[in-house]
Amino acid sequence: MSVYIQNFVKFKPFLKELVSRDVKVKYRRSILGVLWTLLNPLLMMTVLSIVFSNLFKFDIENFPLYLLCGQVIFNFFNDATTNAMSAIIGSASLIKKVYVPKYVFVMSRVCSSLINLMASCAALFLIMIGMRAELHWTMLLSVVPLFLLVVLALGIGLILATIAVKYRDVLHLYSVLMAVLMYLTPVIYPMSILPEWLYHLVMINPLTSILIMFRNVVIYGRLPGLVMLLVTAAEAVLCLGVGCWVFYKHQDGFIFDL
Amino acid sequence: MEKKVIVKVEDVSIKFSLASEKFDGFKEYFIQRVKKKITYQDFWALQDVSFEVYKGETLGLIGVNGSGKSTMLKIIAGVMKPTCGSVKTSGVIAPLIELGAGFDFDLTAKENVFLNGTLLGYTREYLEEHYEEIVEFSELDQFMDVPVKNFSSGMFSRLAFAVATIGQPDILIVDEVLSVGDFHFQQKCEARINRMKENGATILFVSHNMEQVRNLCSRIVWLEHGRVRSIGDADELCREYQEAE
Repeated sequence: MSVYIQNFVKFKPFLKELVSRDVKVKYRRSILGVLWTLLNPLLMMTVLSIVFSNLFKFDIENFPLYLLCGQVIFNFFNDATTNAMSAIIGSASLIKKVYVPKYVFVMSRVCSSLINLMASCAALFLIMIGMRAELHWTMLLSVVPLFLLVVLALGIGLILATIAVKYRDVLHLYSVLMAVLMYLTPVIYPMSILPEWLYHLVMINPLTSILIMFRNVVIYGRLPGLVMLLVTAAEAVLCLGVGCWVFYKHQDGFIFDL
Repeated sequence: MEKKVIVKVEDVSIKFSLASEKFDGFKEYFIQRVKKKITYQDFWALQDVSFEVYKGETLGLIGVNGSGKSTMLKIIAGVMKPTCGSVKTSGVIAPLIELGAGFDFDLTAKENVFLNGTLLGYTREYLEEHYEEIVEFSELDQFMDVPVKNFSSGMFSRLAFAVATIGQPDILIVDEVLSVGDFHFQQKCEARINRMKENGATILFVSHNMEQVRNLCSRIVWLEHGRVRSIGDADELCREYQEAE
């Protein structure tokens, strides 16, 4: 075990450089540069909140915020897992030539998405102030669902990256799966409109409970229920465990399929 | 004096499966599977290779193309795992297998120094400390803020070599990289490798240039079709190898 930790410590600087490269390269040659990381979600959210405060009215208290929270969570998951999926394939030239622990590439993709997630959260906060929404102290607890979200995304990302090396089809299939998942997560609709059978299906999705907890602490100032928290945490950890196991089992074979 | 073994290669074999029909996805896989068309052909790139490298020596690997030299180096560097057998190494390994593998073309030379340096396992502080040395060695003083996509291939390999050879590794793996750059730079590279050697580094060297092999190496492992043909004194084996060709 200590060998693995030592190895991680050795390659931590490389992980940092990879993440900072991702952020830098994305906004290179733009005048505002890295500021776009914050500006992008902020503008997006402004548009959405204007549209949804005036055009569509649902029966939900503070619908624009309801939607934005859903988007923050779902977009991160989508972004992180999609990027993680191509992490190994995209680093093929490196993996074939230099020894690097391969999970570093998957982690770096998730970390880059995490930076975007933090920017989105900051933008969400600014929007809430702009809308004069009530700010609750429980907001500080949002790190808990966010942490579980990252653990979950990393686990799924590791599994996807492993599969994608062998079967490139998942790269194309995944965007369709994501569209399905998006409707199985209460991003734009309230849970109350679901018929019985669908309700259970949506509740199985771990993103749902993460999203419910996130909304509770951010918008409604409610503490997450202990049972839901524990079940979600167990799901996330299990997912990461399976991800690590699958990845570890197959990583030595990657080089033959790249 | 007891010679310390720093790399121990024991009965290493590695198998590549060459699928007769290359498939990249589910659909093709299933179709071929149903048609029973997938037959795997095993190709053993290395078979029962064993040798030892002692601390401080320079060992050359020679053999014709496809004899498994590069595969052997990749296994020692940890890039590949052997199908059976084991490789034990001790100390820090600096691989000069392919220069600039970790470069990002959109980043500037300076940013690439840090990206590539951390890839090789150095810390950021260490790289900052040696930054001047890297710039000086690569002679790219005025180009450090230029994206490397605008570099010529010579500039590129100079920078890559400079980053890869900072510090004092215990084991240096050199695979055909000394043929980069102009004559003047090649000499600098050789001088640098010689300096590392004097400081006690162990060097594993692959080259088709017999002149270089004879100059640098003390012992040689001769590979043929993935097997060890012979191990022995550099001068003797070089002569035999050239006669055999």
